Amino acid sequence: MIAAIAFYLFAAVLIASAVMVVTSRNPVHSVLFLILAFFNAAALFLLAGAEFLAMILVIVYVGAVAVLFLFVVMMLDVDFSAIREGFQRYAPIGGAIGLVLFAELIFVFGSWSFASDAAGLRLNPMEPGADNTREIGRILYTDYVWLFQLSGLILLVAMIGAIVLTLRNKPVAKRQDIGRQVSRMGSVNLRQVRSGAGLAELGIERPPVEAPPEPKRVEHHGGGHH
Amino acid sequence: MDAFLATPIGVLALTVAQAMALLVPLLIGVAYLTWAERKVLAAMQMRKGPNVVGPFGMLQPFADAIKMLMKETIIPSGASRVLFIMAPMITFMLAMLAWAVIPVNDGWAIADINVGILYLFAISSLGVYGIIIAGWASNSKYAFLGALRSAAQMVSYEVSMGFVIVTVLLCVGSLNLSEIVRAQENLWFIVPLFPMFVIMFISALAETNRAPFDLPEGESELVAGFFVEYSSMSFALFFLGEYANMILMSALITILFLGGWYGPFGLLPALGPLWFVLKICFCLFVFVWVRATFPRYRYDQLMRLGWKVFLPFSLVWLVITAAALKIFGWLPGGV
Repeated sequence: MIAAIAFYLFAAVLIASAVMVVTSRNPVHSVLFLILAFFNAAALFLLAGAEFLAMILVIVYVGAVAVLFLFVVMMLDVDFSAIREGFQRYAPIGGAIGLVLFAELIFVFGSWSFASDAAGLRLNPMEPGADNTREIGRILYTDYVWLFQLSGLILLVAMIGAIVLTLRNKPVAKRQDIGRQVSRMGSVNLRQVRSGAGLAELGIERPPVEAPPEPKRVEHHGGGHH
Repeated sequence: MDAFLATPIGVLALTVAQAMALLVPLLIGVAYLTWAERKVLAAMQMRKGPNVVGPFGMLQPFADAIKMLMKETIIPSGASRVLFIMAPMITFMLAMLAWAVIPVNDGWAIADINVGILYLFAISSLGVYGIIIAGWASNSKYAFLGALRSAAQMVSYEVSMGFVIVTVLLCVGSLNLSEIVRAQENLWFIVPLFPMFVIMFISALAETNRAPFDLPEGESELVAGFFVEYSSMSFALFFLGEYANMILMSALITILFLGGWYGPFGLLPALGPLWFVLKICFCLFVFVWVRATFPRYRYDQLMRLGWKVFLPFSLVWLVITAAALKIFGWLPGGV
């Protein structure tokens, strides 16, 4: 009973927030409603007993992807009233397309016939007593390990592509080389000083200013340094 | 009594009672953490700290809370009202929510779920929303800049934190927090995984926006960061949320590396919760110690540390750990 109430509650909030994603005037509000929708989807996963998927959905989509989404939308200066200008004109066509798709969905669902013993023929029946985190791990890393690696490779290629597109290596850009900074000697010295004594009294003075000897390392780096 | 506890209302009452038993000490702990921080900082800077209200200034947190409650809540005219009020609530709520899975002693968790560590990680990764919503809804450039900094920072350090958690999970073979603690009965993970402990601790500092990573509130350039526009109780909620998050991160470090409720060398096993609290207090002391010691990082240095130092290091250490476990046959579950 409680599970059913929870299901209808989460499902209703999910659909309502999905509608609000499309209809809200402010893009930031749209993204926030999208996050709420993700959240309710995670709750539905939980109700279905897929706790691992629920947590991963929250960690990956809500915790990382949607944050970057929100980031971008907040920074963009989009004039949404300009985009909405043609709304009245295109609404009937959009509505018609939606209706057609919905009708197709109903036809597909109506003509779908379920095999009587389909449940027994599922690809990877779960071992009784194992929790689904363990089972997902077993299947993913045993039977589908190559596909898993392949998808990782595709993501890597996408990442490299994004880096190549955005990285501009300007020759005039000044960069901090922490290793060089830490390992430099001579220009700054640390000395233990007796408390209360003046610098002159201890014979500590600033080193006389002289032309710094040209370090040889610079030659390796080419002409990039100033 | 048992019959009553079996009914749905009984289960509800029991859960509420459990939550209260955890949250009330937690909130008192948060109040005294603010006091302890000021006292410790004062001692480190050769000052006295709060010493007027009550003996040793012990009533100072309550005086502060009453003062906060009496102030007027100011909502800036350009602010997005609903979100502006929601943001501190989200921050505070998430900081409380995560405690549902923390095992204080063997079997003393409100919800001892199978994916406990993932739940904690998910909740802590949501913490960024309170901050980013606050920054955006305030309609102030300082608040917004603080929020952006915070979002980038928290997302960056979560990555290496994830690897640290995965390394620990490799040694345990379970996502259940109680199982993680039980795996450390003989040897706390701080010993074999010490470098990961260091990374975890520094990431926790960055994740809670504490010094030296308190860029989001950097008062020298951003006034107070994402909560400039907040006053009164809404400010207090942010403040409490930050400190509750500190305690949460300390609890997480305690569970992952410091052997949870086990005493050192199996000492006094009856005092489980006390050991747990003592370890949390130790972590919190180090949090404050770090704040008193280190100057604030520059933002590009912060990003460099996260992405170019911690991420490769934790990745390599993860691979080394996995290889060692496999070669020596120490993998849990006898795989």
